[in-house]
Amino acid sequence: MWRFKHSQIYKSIFRHGYEDTKENRIRQIRSNIFLHVHPAKIPEHAMKIRFTWCMGGITFFLFLVETVTGILLMFYYRPVPEYAYLDIKYLEFDVPFGVVLRNLHRWAAHLMVITIMLHMLRVFLTGSYKPPREFNWVVGVTLLVLTFLLSFTGYLLPWDQLAYWAITVGTNMVRSMPVIGHEGPFAVVDKYHDVRFMLLGGTEIGGNALLRFYVLHIMALPSAALIFIGVHFWRIRKDGGISRPL
Amino acid sequence: MQKDNISRRSFLRLIGWGSFFAATGISVAGALRFLFPRVLFEKPSAFKISVPAEFKGGPDYQVFENWKAEHSVWLVRERNRIYAVHAKCTHLGCTPNWFPDEGIFKCPCHGSQFHKNGMNFAGPAPRPLDRLNIAIDDDGNIVIDKSRVYTFKEFDKQGAYVEV
Repeated sequence: MWRFKHSQIYKSIFRHGYEDTKENRIRQIRSNIFLHVHPAKIPEHAMKIRFTWCMGGITFFLFLVETVTGILLMFYYRPVPEYAYLDIKYLEFDVPFGVVLRNLHRWAAHLMVITIMLHMLRVFLTGSYKPPREFNWVVGVTLLVLTFLLSFTGYLLPWDQLAYWAITVGTNMVRSMPVIGHEGPFAVVDKYHDVRFMLLGGTEIGGNALLRFYVLHIMALPSAALIFIGVHFWRIRKDGGISRPL
Repeated sequence: MQKDNISRRSFLRLIGWGSFFAATGISVAGALRFLFPRVLFEKPSAFKISVPAEFKGGPDYQVFENWKAEHSVWLVRERNRIYAVHAKCTHLGCTPNWFPDEGIFKCPCHGSQFHKNGMNFAGPAPRPLDRLNIAIDDDGNIVIDKSRVYTFKEFDKQGAYVEV
């Protein structure tokens, strides 16, 4: 073991010694990609569970749960009207642990919407949005909207009655957007060139709409969320760690 | 001698950034255009049903459900006119159901209710059910074109009904 820890391979990965000194602890955090978003030091009183409720961390954990279960669900789900509903039923009734994964994905999504709102409530109540953290509040609101959009785009994918009519209503609202919706005020486009057409890939809800919502759900929105989560965490670190009781 | 306003360096910088933003802009425009397909595989908006004479007889008001499943259209015959009622709630666009016993349309989503001529009388629907363009073609068949929608004030317009 001693020889391994002093080999060039080990040192090239971990770089620093293992002595439990203050300097080494900081070095360990600084040289690790997963730890470096953490501040090197965290004040003890900022760690009080009654202050943070741990809601931001739980929300991020749920995002990770969604990512892992979502990738696993992609092995069975086909975003085509002929198959989508049957694949969900297949997951529910036949695939080993399919019902567990599907419901983990579903319940974690519901929970994530709840925890992200409680997180914002906590940040608001403790005044943690105040300078220098104003911009991070804006990033947080963006993440809230992305969470809602992820929830909504996932809702269409089972292609059942609930999903179909939710998307009908949702995209009927988009139709009335100013300028870029064909029935909204100051509309400049017809129904073949407006934002609803872009979302649905047609003028009515069908296979194109399902495919587009699927791509939004698994690629576009999670990528955007990941980038904003990165900025969110980085800003927290730059602003001196999570806010603390005054 | 007057000094040049633009140095070579700033000129090249302008060209460099200019071509960068031009290329980016063209790529974004291309990606946006990519999202609008040229060919749609949607059903044609107009469809043909039988001759008007087939709808004669029976009670004053009659609702025909034959075309609802495929085309979201109810054919309603009054005493002397036929019109096509769009099976789409004027509240948020759900599909109402026809209840022959009560003689009304009801929307399952938010409880809007309509008389058999499409007039709303309960629930959140803001106006009567829309009607669709209906006409008689050269062969004497009734043709319904869903691309032209008639709202409440246009119900007496040419094209919103046919006489029988």
